[in-house]
Amino acid sequence: MLETLGLLANGFTVVFEPQNLMLIIAGCALGIFIGAMPGLGSVNGVAILLPLTFLVPPTGAIIFLAAIYYGAMYGGAISSIMLGIPGASTAVATTFDGRPLAKQGMADKALTAAAVASFVGGSISVVLFTFFAPPLAHVALVFGAPEEFALMLLAFATFVGLGGDDLFKTLFSISIGLVLSAVGFDIISGEPRLVLWDITGFLHGINFLILAIGIYGIGEMLWTVEEHRLGGGKSMLSDATVTVKRTLANLRELMTTWKSIVMGSFLGYFVGILPAAGATPGSLMAYGIAKQISKNPEKFGHGALEGVCAPEAANNAASTGSMLPMLTLGIPGSPTTAILLGGMVIWGLEPGPRLFVDHSEFVWGLIASLYAANLFSVLINVAFIPVFIRILKTPFTILAPIIFILCLIGGYAPTQSMHDVWLMVIFGIVGYLMRKLDYPMAPAVLAIVLGPLAEPALRQSLIISDGSFSIFFTRTYSGPIMVAALIFLFLPLIKIGYVKLRKQFA
Amino acid sequence: MSVRTAELLMAMMMGVFSIYLMFKSYELPVGWIEGEGPGGGAWPFWLSLVMLLSCLGIIFNWIRKVGPIATSDKVYVRADVLTEVGAVAISLIVTVALFSIIGIYGALPLFLIFYVRFLGGHSWMLTSALAIIIPVSIFFFFEVTLKIILPKGYTEPLFIPLYKMFF
Repeated sequence: MLETLGLLANGFTVVFEPQNLMLIIAGCALGIFIGAMPGLGSVNGVAILLPLTFLVPPTGAIIFLAAIYYGAMYGGAISSIMLGIPGASTAVATTFDGRPLAKQGMADKALTAAAVASFVGGSISVVLFTFFAPPLAHVALVFGAPEEFALMLLAFATFVGLGGDDLFKTLFSISIGLVLSAVGFDIISGEPRLVLWDITGFLHGINFLILAIGIYGIGEMLWTVEEHRLGGGKSMLSDATVTVKRTLANLRELMTTWKSIVMGSFLGYFVGILPAAGATPGSLMAYGIAKQISKNPEKFGHGALEGVCAPEAANNAASTGSMLPMLTLGIPGSPTTAILLGGMVIWGLEPGPRLFVDHSEFVWGLIASLYAANLFSVLINVAFIPVFIRILKTPFTILAPIIFILCLIGGYAPTQSMHDVWLMVIFGIVGYLMRKLDYPMAPAVLAIVLGPLAEPALRQSLIISDGSFSIFFTRTYSGPIMVAALIFLFLPLIKIGYVKLRKQFA
Repeated sequence: MSVRTAELLMAMMMGVFSIYLMFKSYELPVGWIEGEGPGGGAWPFWLSLVMLLSCLGIIFNWIRKVGPIATSDKVYVRADVLTEVGAVAISLIVTVALFSIIGIYGALPLFLIFYVRFLGGHSWMLTSALAIIIPVSIFFFFEVTLKIILPKGYTEPLFIPLYKMFF
C-alpha cells in the first residue's frame, strides 16, 4: 500500500515535467474535440495520431495518447447532447436522455451532468486501477508461455461469447487478423512466409497500424460519408445557455443522482476490463441498471438526469478499466488499448507484467497521468463548452479531407513505404464494405496486435510439452484461464441448447 | 444489389481468399518437426482453415435464411450514396497514385480542391486557403520537425533548396 503510494508519487514527478504536462493538456483538448466529432471516437483518434508521437519519448507518447482516450470519453457526450448524434459509439446511451434534456432547453444541465459524472467515474476507476494493478502484475510475473497463450485465447473467446455479433463473422474477424499478423517472416525458422502474390512489400510484414488506420481511419470516414448522406447532411444543433447561476443550480441537482454515478463507475470499470465488452456495452448496461434502481423510471427517455450520469460515469470508468489488463498482462481491454499496446511494441517496450519491474517510470507515469488527464478533461470541458459547440458547426466536408490526409500520411510515416499506403487504402475500402454486412472489426485489430505475441507463446508451450495440448490445462494458472476461455467460446452453443431445452419443456 | 446478395458474394470472396492463404501457408511445413515444434506454416495454415470454415458457416446461415443480414432485402449501397462514397474512394486512390508521380505536395492540393470545392461546394477563397495552408503545415510538421521525408515523385529536385535551408 505504502509502496504503491510511493511509486505513484514518483509517477507524478514524471507527469509534472513541463513537456508531459503540456502533452496531457493538448491530448485532453484534442481528445474532447475528437470525441465530440460525430463519427470519430477514441480509437480513431489514437490510431490516426499514433504515428505523430514518434517525436517524443515513449512515456510522453503514451501519456499523450491516454489523454486523448480520456478526453474522447468526455467529448462524446457533447455531440450526443447537442446534436442527438453520438460523438462516439461509447456515448450512444448518453443520447437517450441527454437529447431530450437539450430539446427542453436544458442542454447546459445535461452537459454539466455529463462532465461531472465523467469526472467521478474517472476518479473512482483510477483509484481502483492504482490498487488493483500492482498485485495483478505481481501474480502475472510467474506466467510463462502457456499462461500467456491462455490469456490471449481468453481475450478472443470473450468476443465470441460476449461480443453479441454473428458467431461466424466474429471467428472470421479474429482469424483473419491473426493470419495477417503472420505475414512476413517466420520468427522461429527465419524463412519468408505468406508473401502474398509474391509482392516483396509483404516481406516486412503488415504493420498493425496499417490495418488500424485503414479500418478506423479510412473505413470509418467512408462510413461517416454515407451516414452524412443518408442523414441529408443537416443536423439540428441545440442552444445552450451557460451562466454561473444556472451551473450552480445544476450542480446542486446533480447531488441527487450520486447513486447512479457511483453504480456506473464501478460497473463501467469491471466491464471495461473484459476485452470484448468495454465502454460502449458498459455505458448501455449502466443506463439499464440506472433505470431499474431509479425512483421514477418512467422519466427515462424523456430527460432523466440519471440517464445521462450513469452511462457517462461508466464509459470513463471503462476506459480506465481497459488499461488494467493492457498494462499488467499485455492483453488489451479494448480496441483503443490494443493500438496503445501495438505502440508500446514500436517504442521498444515489451508488454506484460515485466513492465512494472523493468519500466516502472513508464507505468507509474502513465497511471499518474490518468489522474491528471481526468482533472484537466473536466476543467477544459466545463470551461470551453461554448467553444466545442462552435467547433461542432465546422462543415463535415472541410473536416473529412483533413482527416483523410492525416490517415494517408499516418500510414506512410511508420515504414515510409508506398506499399503500406496502398494496403491501408485497400483495408479501408474492404473494411467499409464488410462493416456494412455487420462483420465486427475490433477483433481483427486486436488479433493483428496480439498475433505476433500469441504465436510464439503457443509454439513455445508446445515445444515444452512435446506437442501435447494438455500443458494448457495442467498448470496452476493456465488451467482455470483455459477453462474460462472454453466456456466463453462455447457460450453461443450453450445458449442455443438452453433455448431448445426450454422449448421442449415449455 | 440487395444486402442478402452482398452477404453471399462477400462470404464467397473471403472463402476463396482463405483457400489462397492456406495454399500460401503450405509453402512452409505445417506439421510437427522433431525437436523444433510446429512448422512455420502451421499457425497461419490452421487459422486460414478457421477463416474458411467461418465463411462456410456464413454461407450455411445464408442458405437457411438465418440472421438479420442474410434475410435483408434492403439495397446494399444506395445509388446516391454509391456516387458520393465512390467519388471519395476513387479520389483517395488517385491521390495515392499521384504521390509517386507529382509527389505529396502536388497531390494533396488537388485532393483538397476536389473535396472542398466540388464535393463540399465551399467558396474558392476557402478552398485555396486550405489547399495552401494544409500542405505547408504538413511540410513543417512532418519533414522539418519529425524528420519524416514524404514521397515527392518527380518533384524531388524542387525541394533540394528547401532541404538545404532546414536540415
